[in-house]
Amino acid sequence: MNWFENIRWPEITKATNDTLTMLGVTMVFTVIIGLIVGIVLFLTSSGQMLQNRIVYSILSFIVNILRSIPFIILMILIMPMTKMLVGQSWGVKGAIPPLIVAAAPFFARLVEASLREVDRGVIEAAQAMGASRWRIIWSVLLRESRTGLLAAITITAVTLVGYTAMSGVIGGGGLGDLAIRYGYQGYKLDLMLVTVAILIIMVQILQMVGDALVRRFSRK
Amino acid sequence: MIELTDVHKEYRTKDTVVHALRNITLKVEKGEIFGIIGHSGAGKSTLLRCVNLLEKPTSGTVKVGGVVLTGLGEKELQQRRKKIGMIFQHFNLLSTATVRENIAFPLKISKYPRDAIRRRVDELLELVGLTEHGHKYPSQLSGGQKQRVGIARALANEPDVLLCDEATSALDPQTTDSILALLLDINRKLGITILLITHEMHVIRSICDRVAVMDQGSIIELGDVLSVFLNPQHERTREFVSQVSDELDTDMLRSRAEGRVVRINYKGDTAYEPILYETVRSTAASFVILQGTVSRMKDTPYGQLIVELRGSQSDTDQIIAELRRRGLDVTMIL
Repeated sequence: MNWFENIRWPEITKATNDTLTMLGVTMVFTVIIGLIVGIVLFLTSSGQMLQNRIVYSILSFIVNILRSIPFIILMILIMPMTKMLVGQSWGVKGAIPPLIVAAAPFFARLVEASLREVDRGVIEAAQAMGASRWRIIWSVLLRESRTGLLAAITITAVTLVGYTAMSGVIGGGGLGDLAIRYGYQGYKLDLMLVTVAILIIMVQILQMVGDALVRRFSRK
Repeated sequence: MIELTDVHKEYRTKDTVVHALRNITLKVEKGEIFGIIGHSGAGKSTLLRCVNLLEKPTSGTVKVGGVVLTGLGEKELQQRRKKIGMIFQHFNLLSTATVRENIAFPLKISKYPRDAIRRRVDELLELVGLTEHGHKYPSQLSGGQKQRVGIARALANEPDVLLCDEATSALDPQTTDSILALLLDINRKLGITILLITHEMHVIRSICDRVAVMDQGSIIELGDVLSVFLNPQHERTREFVSQVSDELDTDMLRSRAEGRVVRINYKGDTAYEPILYETVRSTAASFVILQGTVSRMKDTPYGQLIVELRGSQSDTDQIIAELRRRGLDVTMIL
């Protein structure tokens, strides 16, 4: 077997771009939705500013359900919704909605956990100063938990790299798709290895950037 | 300045009701330093939090600076809280903000313009003696410095009232004294009313004008510090007083003393007069000082002596009568 004879770089470049697109678009929506859900989860949990057992239980239940469905199955389950939202349930476009539905609840839980780490006394001090709820959320909760949030974003992005590859199974596009179509179905081992190597490099870079940001903003 | 009327606070769990505060009525005058002392769980922390409504009383009214806080809506309450500063045992500073940013935080809430914030922060840094440390983060400061930042932050909006929640309990004795001196200084310079809670009699003795002793959610004793200190009425109060004065060993006295043993309390300028000497000299009796403290309570000098009077019954009677006539407080021990 002649190594690397099957490798067509333009296709790899395109697949890499597709993966990065899926990752980027999904992360933007995941961070926005996850932050909102995570903040609501935190604020409505017992002992917090907007303590509300009903809201918390319902939201928590939904998050748990979404998190307990394996990604591959989730992707197939929500296909009708995906089609409604973006007009197609395959390709790069079709992979993004299920990726968001899978990643946002995961990220929301990480946000909730990070906010819990914020010293209650600091929140109390802000209340005693006459700070409004929005001010407390923005200037105390998000500010004080920023290293935790950055770490959470890193973990979510790394997890998503794996998910984007999985979405290749149903024609999601990107590196996963390439690896499955040519590497697995077409017995082209070398191409599979190259895609795996690219995925590894991606994860390494994400983690390094994430760690560097955490160090940059840490004040402990 | 602060008026609590019939404040009651209870916490309900499934099958128990905990009465954290029972019918508290308390009035703190403008410009005074008022201390509340009690063990943990006595309810003092809840009481302090009821003043700015961080804890909502179950019933009763809270009035600060003539405004009934318990009747306010959320927005109005936020507005009023800006005029009630608060400092904490664990400082509660933003760890991600510098000293300057921490002090500027309440000013930003009050929407001060940027220039005004910079000037006010400079003033406050100078007031608490941290001019050099404005750009440090809390993790780079000592406990005492952190509390100074807390004090500067609490004073930023020029409040009428400062609430201190065990503000020195996490500090070593030397730092405690420097923070207490700062609080006293602020009280005098700015005329700010201070309400503090503590479990240390030392804090009360150093800076408070009046004190209330709390136990199991009630105020069991209240008065000016010196009279509570010299004549504690309640068992719990005596415990606190004994933190800062030596325990009297009555068994030892009983076995050793030959004459009559009396306790003499005096305060104010009498502390500088040779009253005891003069009084005893005019009789044939003599005296021995068995135990004694001569010190100051905030600014008032006071003394507390355990004295054995040796002499005839009539001489010692005469001495006791004369001491009382000259304004000393004499009680028989043996």
